[in-house]
Amino acid sequence: MPAVKKRRIVDSITKESIISNLANSTRLDERGLLDYRNLEIETKILKDKTNGSARVKLGESEVWAGIKVETANPFPDTPAEGVMTCNAERLPISSQYIEPGPPDEDTIELSRVSDRGIRESGMIDVKELCIKEGERVYSVYVDVAVINDDGNLFDAVAYAATTALLMSDMNKFTIEDDEIKMLDEKQPLPIKSVPVSTTFAKIGDKIIMDPNADEEEMATARVTLVTDENGKYVSAQKGKPGGFTFDELREISVISKEKGDEIRIKIREAVKNGA
Amino acid sequence: MSKNNIERISGRAPDELRNVSIKAGVIKNADGSALIEFGKNKIMAAVFGPKEVHPKHMMVSDRAIIKCRYHMMPFSTDTRKRPNISRREIEISKVIREALQPAIIMEDYPRTAIEIYIEILQSDGGSRCAAINAASTALADAGINMRDLVAACAAGKVNGQVVLDVDDTEDKTGEADMPIALLPNTGLITLFQLDGNLSKEEFDKALELGKTGCDKLYKLQRDALSEKYFNDKNGNKEE
Repeated sequence: MPAVKKRRIVDSITKESIISNLANSTRLDERGLLDYRNLEIETKILKDKTNGSARVKLGESEVWAGIKVETANPFPDTPAEGVMTCNAERLPISSQYIEPGPPDEDTIELSRVSDRGIRESGMIDVKELCIKEGERVYSVYVDVAVINDDGNLFDAVAYAATTALLMSDMNKFTIEDDEIKMLDEKQPLPIKSVPVSTTFAKIGDKIIMDPNADEEEMATARVTLVTDENGKYVSAQKGKPGGFTFDELREISVISKEKGDEIRIKIREAVKNGA
Repeated sequence: MSKNNIERISGRAPDELRNVSIKAGVIKNADGSALIEFGKNKIMAAVFGPKEVHPKHMMVSDRAIIKCRYHMMPFSTDTRKRPNISRREIEISKVIREALQPAIIMEDYPRTAIEIYIEILQSDGGSRCAAINAASTALADAGINMRDLVAACAAGKVNGQVVLDVDDTEDKTGEADMPIALLPNTGLITLFQLDGNLSKEEFDKALELGKTGCDKLYKLQRDALSEKYFNDKNGNKEE
């Protein structure tokens, strides 16, 4: 039940400059309020052991995602559906504020929010992950490692997980005499949509996108919105002990869709270049 | 909201809440407490503090710290919940704490801790919202200085229809669930989550509907507090 964690220290000169810049609607790294940092997406970075992988650099934030597709018994309440789980880890190498040990509440939130974005968008058609109803299904494990934390991990992790899933394959199978046989031949994952996450932070009364670590620490409230390519909102999470007004949320929902479409193009490009 | 209304499983109107009752001051040993019955949800919240901080290094010199635990009893769910604290409970504890914190004037209690314990005794859909209503009532009952109460309610989409207060059975077949917590007098949304599938129109409509739900809960919280402090039927005198 932690209430105070080891918090990032932002020196007062940085704080003051962030605030005075925001008053003129600019940011310390010369971005506009709603600009993302440079987004680099690379694929097939871990191709020897994974079914799919991706590295995302969002400014100085860097995350790696790897997919393992295995087979498992289905859950009793969904005998004809495969399983997908997404997990994110903030490694101790990623920041001086993170220590080894069981995940803290921030890491659990990061993990659960990225899982929810993929799950609720129906990105993977879990019905197509069924091998034999009630007996065997594919189980897709998405694991994301945070290598360097310079803020907005919610988006970086989501982009890495999505890209790695788009790049991922799985073994084909045959059923002979009621016996399941996994083959060496591969097929792509059954992908239905491409969810894109966008994150906003509120400092004073200014709303910015893609906060870096200093901005994130100073923000009173943060909200992540995930949209799919049909412009549907599939997941959201507000964080930090502050709030947004109804008008702000309505405005954010409009911008989220526009930015999401731009970023989806970048993800698709990276997948095309990697194919 | 009259056109094309589809019958809800519960028979409620699209903008109708489940039965809600809130009672303040139900636990004698706590500094503040509340019991909320929200549909089938039965939730107790207790507040202790301001009190000394343990462990000491967590103390903050110019304000109080808030600790919050959302906990489900093993018998509160359909199939027994394992007593281990789950990742879901950790996340919900965090979002509830962040939803309540803006309402508490923490600067009034430097070097102290305010502890909020939420126990789910029977769960239905929307337990996090119900818990926030109980916890906010308990905070006020504890006499903690607050800017506002925090009212919470979910809106969602079931059978293609945007509805207020999605319950357990509706959530299983529903397409979306959007819990909201609101400081009614400042208009600040301090809890906002969504999972499911909403178009832009549905998103705006759910926000609007959620707000009307929060307004109703706000009134129920105030009623519970005035029941205890101004019109106490049980004859318990506040010290």
